[in-house]
Amino acid sequence: MTAVTEHQPPPRSIPQAHASLERASYGDWVFRILLTLGAISIPVLLAFLVYQLYSGSHLAIAKFGFNFVTSSTWDPVAEQFGAFPLIFGTLVSSLIALLIAVPLSLGVAIYLTEFAPKGIRQPVAFLIGLLAAIPSVVYGLWGIFVLTPILRSSVFPFLRSTLGFLPFFRGPIYGPSMLAAGIILSIMVMPYVMSVSREVLLAVPNTQREAALALGATRWEAVITAVVPYGRSGIIGAIILGLGRALGETMAVTMLIGNRHEIGASLFAPSYTMAAAIANEFSEAVGDMHLSALAYVAFLLFLVTVVVNAGARLLIWRVARGSGVGSKAL
Amino acid sequence: MILSPQRALLHLALALGLVLSCSPRDQGSKPQSGASGSAPGVTLTGAGATFPNPIYTKWFDAYAKATGVRINYQSIGSGGGIRQFIEGTVDFGATDGPMNDQQITAVQGNVLHVPTVLGAVVVTYNLPALGKTTLKFDGTTIADIFLGRITRWNDPRISALNPGVKLPGMDIIVVHRSDGSGTTFIFTDFLSKISPEWKTKVGNATSVEWPVGLGGKGNEGVTQQVKQSEGAIGYVELIYALSNGLPAAELKNADGKFVEPTLKSVSAAAASSKLPPETDFRVSITNAPGVDAYPISSFTWLLVHKESRDSAKASQLRAFLKWMLQPEAQRMAADLHYAPLPVPVIELVQTRLGS
Repeated sequence: MTAVTEHQPPPRSIPQAHASLERASYGDWVFRILLTLGAISIPVLLAFLVYQLYSGSHLAIAKFGFNFVTSSTWDPVAEQFGAFPLIFGTLVSSLIALLIAVPLSLGVAIYLTEFAPKGIRQPVAFLIGLLAAIPSVVYGLWGIFVLTPILRSSVFPFLRSTLGFLPFFRGPIYGPSMLAAGIILSIMVMPYVMSVSREVLLAVPNTQREAALALGATRWEAVITAVVPYGRSGIIGAIILGLGRALGETMAVTMLIGNRHEIGASLFAPSYTMAAAIANEFSEAVGDMHLSALAYVAFLLFLVTVVVNAGARLLIWRVARGSGVGSKAL
Repeated sequence: MILSPQRALLHLALALGLVLSCSPRDQGSKPQSGASGSAPGVTLTGAGATFPNPIYTKWFDAYAKATGVRINYQSIGSGGGIRQFIEGTVDFGATDGPMNDQQITAVQGNVLHVPTVLGAVVVTYNLPALGKTTLKFDGTTIADIFLGRITRWNDPRISALNPGVKLPGMDIIVVHRSDGSGTTFIFTDFLSKISPEWKTKVGNATSVEWPVGLGGKGNEGVTQQVKQSEGAIGYVELIYALSNGLPAAELKNADGKFVEPTLKSVSAAAASSKLPPETDFRVSITNAPGVDAYPISSFTWLLVHKESRDSAKASQLRAFLKWMLQPEAQRMAADLHYAPLPVPVIELVQTRLGS
């Protein structure tokens, strides 16, 4: 014991310690400035974007005003523009996407967290995550070559013959249509909704499940009464994330929606979305008014996403009173 | 110096950031400076039409190999080409539709439209029942189909143009371009000339308000839509139709003859539409006279300044334009299925460039 000598660093002299402290605070200071700049740049960028959209569309705003939102004409030759069919198409196609994707992704997420054998949980989640990595133009091509032929030859005729009493499933069948776009969107949105809600369900504490099971619930009842409600705000967040993706998706939609400025009840009819119209016409728009109208459409798309996100936030606050997984994070 | 782990990381991150932000620029600038040593050092930039992009890319590549002058071209669309040309951010623009008077005033008339190659629009359809028979149309019939006036294939007016062809009693599904495009501009230019109703109701532009039909994105979008729906009719670029072997209708030209769309019949349209010597080349050659002329043909143009502040660039550009009019360069165009300019037009452009 005595042979072991303890090596202790010699005590620093006071000026030395002071200098190193100063250096450290200098580093902190630089780091802090960098992070602050990074944080500020986001709202600045957003403000700049809004300003650009507004100033780019002032010609159209001055000429059409609010009528732009309610009018259905889109005539670049006569320079008469209205975006109602575009707004309608954007909202309806996203709604269809959510109607299909949400039950499916929630089902998959519940299965993967609660019921699936341990060995396949990770691989399946990984595979679904891969769907998110596929470029949207590939979805569009797949839609043109594989999906629409199937829809036109079998799915749509079947829907028309069985559900034809509803106005949504009537009229001529072309293939490219609101429903085709909604279906491709649902596939694109699914990985987002699935991954996030799976994370949320994984974060639900086991005590929730155990408590429900101890009260005599079956596994299914435990999931429905104790696990899903606990994570509901997180799940709503997941759905909103998917909705945001659906609202802004351009390429795959324009390849499948038929691009027609028209409003119809039938989901077999072609339609149009805001993002698709901008992407289609921007590069060849020659007239100032045409360009300005497209900027106005972009401005409206921005407003729609802001309104949707704000609504979602309100919904989460209302639902998430009390505690729950993800309510703080969102 | 003793570094705490956090500070060491910070230093590392900063150093890495510096290295990353500098290195690509270094790599980018090296070959450029190396190349400019051997070349005259002038790089021209242009932007515009997507339709002639393949031939322009080929020309610029061949020209760079022959002379060392590099020309960068961005195919951003005709609208963008005209806009950038007016703003002066490029040395030349490119467009499928000529600049209008208002735009020419915006550059104080300091612009010359130089035709480069010819494009054409083909009417294609999907009627498997016809087999190898090619359908014939005249302009009014096409206008009425795209206006939604003729809705079935066995309409007496189509039958009258195609005696002996048994047309099915199917609905016509109209397919058009959904994206703004020079193809639409040429097609609607033709229809506006033929049909007064089309002119007043729809008009002529890169995108219009279509009375009927589905929109497909790009030539490939229209083609797929036509291929997949029996009874569909649509229009695509000649090059696209030729290289994909699509059925192409014969159209009745101004001389009353039915003409097949080929490179020859398109060049014929440019040859027979007599341009006056003082022309500014902003001419439409749809529905051109001449027995062999295909009626939906058009020039595509490069936009250059008549007078330029940068004389070095101006003379380089002029040298390229003259090179482009050589038979060798025009042959490259034919190889890529672009209809070459006919000799009288080439001579006209040459005299104009010479001045």
